[in-house]
Amino acid sequence: MKCQFCSNPATVHLTDIVDSHKKELHLCQSCAEQHHLIQKQELNLPAILQSLIGQHLGPQTDELARLTCPACGIKYMEFRAQGRLGCPHDYVVFRAGLAPLLQRIHRSNHHLGKFPQRSVLAPEQQAELVELRRRLQSAIDREAYEEAARLRDLLRRKGCHG
Amino acid sequence: MNLDSLTHTSGEWLRGSGPESDIVISSRIRLARNLAAFPFTNRASNGQKAEIEALLRERVAKLELEPKLSYLSIPALSSLDRQLLVERQLISRELAAADGPRGVALTPQETISLMVNEEDHLRLQVMRSGYSLEEAWQEIDRVDDLLEQRITYAFSEEFGYLTACPTNVGTGMRASVMLHLPALEYTKQIEKVFRALQKINLAVRGLYGEGSRASGHFYQISNQITLGKSEANILNEIQSVIPQIITYERQARLSWLRDNRQGLQDKIARAYGTLCSATMMTSEETMDLLSAVRLGINLHLIEEITIPTVNELFIYTQPAHLQKLRGTSLDGEERNAARASYLRQRLREAGAHPN
Repeated sequence: MKCQFCSNPATVHLTDIVDSHKKELHLCQSCAEQHHLIQKQELNLPAILQSLIGQHLGPQTDELARLTCPACGIKYMEFRAQGRLGCPHDYVVFRAGLAPLLQRIHRSNHHLGKFPQRSVLAPEQQAELVELRRRLQSAIDREAYEEAARLRDLLRRKGCHG
Repeated sequence: MNLDSLTHTSGEWLRGSGPESDIVISSRIRLARNLAAFPFTNRASNGQKAEIEALLRERVAKLELEPKLSYLSIPALSSLDRQLLVERQLISRELAAADGPRGVALTPQETISLMVNEEDHLRLQVMRSGYSLEEAWQEIDRVDDLLEQRITYAFSEEFGYLTACPTNVGTGMRASVMLHLPALEYTKQIEKVFRALQKINLAVRGLYGEGSRASGHFYQISNQITLGKSEANILNEIQSVIPQIITYERQARLSWLRDNRQGLQDKIARAYGTLCSATMMTSEETMDLLSAVRLGINLHLIEEITIPTVNELFIYTQPAHLQKLRGTSLDGEERNAARASYLRQRLREAGAHPN
């Protein structure tokens, strides 16, 4: 089939139904773009990949994919690839992704078992301690010993060694 | 703790006693726990793992438990000794093969083992011979309470005990029962049982856990769900099906005996005969033959040997145990010869002094 405007092969086929009368248009890509019947198409690979991952992981992926745990530094996508979380605080940071996942695995997303007898650390406290430890580790790796000593002091003052 | 002492005992799970021990080998419960203030093991640097290990080791040493636990550092052990601990189910294959500071604390009877820096910082395990899930739970719950007085666990009110893998979160509990089911396997009813178990979210695995073949007709049945149910509830679900499986296996054994006594007797006699006289024996074949002999003892078709002896042979013919007994490392062929010679010797002794 040839384009109705020029003689190039028609690749865009439009069907419009107005008052039960069918109108058909057969155009080539450039004539269709010229008449603003379709938007100029570019192959947006990242967008296609994102949408494929989205189909695989569920609707909130876009937002989830950008999440990184401030305490341990793990990205949500790293967790999905490895299947292992990085620290206790991930259960707070990745909550939106984890709750449906837990529902699928356990058919529930709420704990009904044993509770520790002592009061436990608040989530923010857990996160802060994990983060301090991460900064301490990076200070040690960079041989920034003064900073490391300061962080170690801070951890000790927080009074939690485990 | 001297690991060589392990080669003089058969360990708790093969003691061959306890309720329903003709079919139930052992009951085991494990709890996954993590420290609140550290990244999970897979995200921890070696320095942090060393810190976690030192901290847990110190707290575990202070536990008011009798007898005391001994701590073994895994990197300090030879690969043979690590394999020995895996064969005795005191550590996981993962802990044996992992990197960095890690270890295990054990009681001399091997009833309690606490793995440090496995997938989670702490994996508690309690094992009992026979069908004793309830007793195992009482014990592990007590150890967990004692530890919790000294350790701040990672815990959230919403998700419970927080674990590195979301499949363990909540109670962090995996309760399992190891069963010897030769008749259900022989009569091909075992698949039916498995399908029924999967429908109620119970997993079936072989002797050495995930991915291992059910050699010797040993099967482990355990819970898969850890979140949204109390520990008591999870245990109840397992306990509601185990007696049924035990009944099915007993029925299958009796109908096998009724329908083909001669054939069964022959199978057991041949298994025993092969064990007494073969000069090369693989681990797999040994398991299968010992399984037949074990069945024969329970059905009173064979009297030359007792269950504790068979259980001992099951464990001592495993590769690491065999090499420990021989005091030297052996390659595959040498192991098969050593295994056959060991079996001949033990069965000759047992036959000369039947209990």
